Amino acid sequence: MKLIRLALHVCLLAGACFAAAPAPEAAKPGEELSRMADVTGHYGGHLTVGQRSEPKTLNPVTATDAVSREVIGRLMGDLIEINRSTQLTEPALAKSWKISADGCMFTLQLRKGMRFSDGHPFDADDVVFSFNVYMDEAVDSPQRDLLIIDGKPIVVSKLDQYTVRFVLPRPYAAAERLFDGLAMLPKHLLEKPYHDGHFAQAWSLNVSPAGIAGLGPFRLKQYVPGQRVVLERNPYYWKVDRENQRLPYLDELVFLFVGTEDAQIMRFEAGETDIVSRLSSDNYSLLAREKSRTGSQLADMGPGLEYNFLLFNLNDLGGKKLDEVAGKQAWFRDLKFRQAINAAIDRQSIVRLVYGSHGAALWGNVGPGNKLWVNQTLPHPQQSVESARQLLKSGGYSWNAAGQLLDSGGRPVEFTIITSSSNSQRMKMATLLQDDLSHLGMQVHAVPLEFRAMIDRVFQSFDYDAAIMGLGGGDADPNPEMNVWTFNGTSHLWHLNETQPATGWERELDQLMQQQMVTLDYAKRKQLYDRAQQLIAENLPFIFLGTPDILAGATARVGNFHPAVLDPYTLWNADELYLRGPALENAGVR
Amino acid sequence: MRTKVAVLIVLLAGLHLVLLLAGFFAPYDPIVQNREQSYAPPTRLHFRDGSGWHLRPFAYASTVVLEGDQEGSYQEDHSREYTVRFFVTGPRVELLGIYQSSVHLFGVDGPGRIFLLGTDAYGRDEWSRLLCGGQISVAAGIAATLITLLFGSAVGIVAGYYGGWIDEALMGANELFLSLPWLYFLLGVRAFLPLHLSTLRTFFLLTGVIGLIGWARPARLVRGVVLSSRNRNYVLAARGFGASDFYLLRRHILPEVFGLLLTQAVLLVPRYIAAEVTLSFFGLGVNEPVASWGNMLSTLQQYSVLVSYGWLLAPACALVVTSVLYSALAEVFHSRLKSHST
Repeated sequence: MKLIRLALHVCLLAGACFAAAPAPEAAKPGEELSRMADVTGHYGGHLTVGQRSEPKTLNPVTATDAVSREVIGRLMGDLIEINRSTQLTEPALAKSWKISADGCMFTLQLRKGMRFSDGHPFDADDVVFSFNVYMDEAVDSPQRDLLIIDGKPIVVSKLDQYTVRFVLPRPYAAAERLFDGLAMLPKHLLEKPYHDGHFAQAWSLNVSPAGIAGLGPFRLKQYVPGQRVVLERNPYYWKVDRENQRLPYLDELVFLFVGTEDAQIMRFEAGETDIVSRLSSDNYSLLAREKSRTGSQLADMGPGLEYNFLLFNLNDLGGKKLDEVAGKQAWFRDLKFRQAINAAIDRQSIVRLVYGSHGAALWGNVGPGNKLWVNQTLPHPQQSVESARQLLKSGGYSWNAAGQLLDSGGRPVEFTIITSSSNSQRMKMATLLQDDLSHLGMQVHAVPLEFRAMIDRVFQSFDYDAAIMGLGGGDADPNPEMNVWTFNGTSHLWHLNETQPATGWERELDQLMQQQMVTLDYAKRKQLYDRAQQLIAENLPFIFLGTPDILAGATARVGNFHPAVLDPYTLWNADELYLRGPALENAGVR
Repeated sequence: MRTKVAVLIVLLAGLHLVLLLAGFFAPYDPIVQNREQSYAPPTRLHFRDGSGWHLRPFAYASTVVLEGDQEGSYQEDHSREYTVRFFVTGPRVELLGIYQSSVHLFGVDGPGRIFLLGTDAYGRDEWSRLLCGGQISVAAGIAATLITLLFGSAVGIVAGYYGGWIDEALMGANELFLSLPWLYFLLGVRAFLPLHLSTLRTFFLLTGVIGLIGWARPARLVRGVVLSSRNRNYVLAARGFGASDFYLLRRHILPEVFGLLLTQAVLLVPRYIAAEVTLSFFGLGVNEPVASWGNMLSTLQQYSVLVSYGWLLAPACALVVTSVLYSALAEVFHSRLKSHST
């Protein structure tokens, strides 16, 4: 065993020498570097991360999938960042910013002496260029929606080489959070493809390493189709540690494409990868059992921001030939019916059996993981079949001799819950719900469907009774939730394509969400969002079930491993990660 | 030889009898969840405790041990013993689909539980599910075999006996059937069916689909036998005496085919049980919470379950045992058929 490990270290050392990464540049006078006062580590080595699939692109403006974003995030820098561990905004490429009294004008001061990973200097022209690209309709960036407020774009102008001004058409709460995830682009590399009209094709996976540059801790070294993306140290990166050593510590960061979550686990167990994130609780428990042997670091960060829920089809089915579903909508629209189901669900079992106790039960859309925004006053009633039966009785339902639930017209209550067959946790929830609701005399069928087939039914054909789905997980702020809770939002799942709020409470909810978006004061905003959460919990457009903990693991040799509940869970501090062990010390530094 | 056949037949009959009376041999209702006992390992039976040896086996209560803040393993609580009793009264079940009974072969007094093969994610008794799931899986295998052989031999006899364009057309269709990628075809077909089908309808659909897909190969074999026996001298002689087609088929040709069909049947049954498992594995089979060997095994698609809870492999073992018994029987039949024809 020792021999193998020794051989492995020799190989690693040889590999590191063979593919020598660029040494970090010494700090130059006039460079306004960001000093991370509590970070220490040492240089060298390469860290491998297993990914479920290949990234689709390296273009930060057009990327939509999580895997691409995870890689791109390590290559690119933002003006203002959300610190994943404090969930608060922090200066990044902008060293400071001022907000005008009316909340409509942001003036950002850029760091001086910054360079892209190819050595080209970065200034206000790059910022203006980047925002023009993001807001260009022809480029069709998924981030564009964030930058268009009330149909009007944010106006970006350069005041001097290191000062940029953003003017918003109206006040926008927590607008500085928008800057996180908007990568600053190198004008000198991308201006030509942009003006030639083929920006979307720029920076595909086949881009040569010399043709791509960013302000992130790493830069592209190699892409091997179907196997891996290799990133190497950006020698000009703008952060230094406590001893004024320029970050990142790692010589290389390797993304290995492994296929599935199970493959991720197996590679990690075999020591081929160093970090796994987005672990399911089953796999987490599996790794925990082997922990004493492997010594790996496992982290349960507590409940995340995702919320899983049971959704009833309340869509307007006029014009669609779905008589069977339409016939059941009378039950689904009945608040007492939904309340009864809400009361009959054994959420503790969901937490125990689905999340292996690594999760939390939910009664509203904001879970305990979101400490800034959760409404602590909402009640958390325990499961009660008795009160559920009372609710049904008062709603005109009855039971026949066989214990079957009948509606006021004597029809037996029977419906189908669809779930995605690729999500074993939600399939388990469906089986538990099926059993819980059988105690009310409801005949519930759980049907797993291929993910796309399920999405098609929920968003397009509306041919379903009920579904178990999950949302959230982006940012802790209420603004990303706008598209769920406003009546014309694209994820207003229970009733899509509404032309106006269907009920009084939906109208109030809509107003609250719009109001919180333009309220700048946190306390006032919290009050509005608290009321919104209360309305949601009382009227149950979704029946909330649970939220999984954020679980991640790393091998013993990874230093500064501090996973967070916000995406990207583990690699947000890739610049601070380092490898322990004497064999690797100074391996890449000459 | 004769004893081997007898032993195999007795074993197979025993297996089917146990499955047929699953409700009696299973101590619990296969769909009842014991949420406090999720993934409990098989209950160990003891004969000896602190006070000495016992004639009747007994089980200890099992409790969950907490490790830190998460649930760890199960441990036996030696302060609580539950003696295993036979012919106990338990949950009411239907036997043979008609007879209501609440007598079970064995069980322990409440609140104790006996899980011979452990439990699944929801704390459902794996042994009870194995038996009740076996009912569906094996019945589907046998029913599908009957359909295949009926259809396959009909086609084979018609093609082989009449020959000419009928033979060509039928064998053309036969080749088409052999070359279709069935799994993808079925996944496509499932998308057009209603979301939820009752267990009975799913069962008929499954057996129908498996049975009708498999007809091609037996049809070819039957056709070959018919083709060769059609031109035997005694058949030609009978025809010369004015025997009708029906008489010839019944008197001379079918007996030739019969041995072949019997061998095919014992070969096909385990194959079709496995086919049910494959289809259920892909979500085309019986839906939760009803058990079948296929949907029980489908939880093992998750790596963590596969490596952590070995007892959930029980349906796979049952499948292997059933297959081995059937193929041993098929081999005996086959060699007898061979010695008979030479």
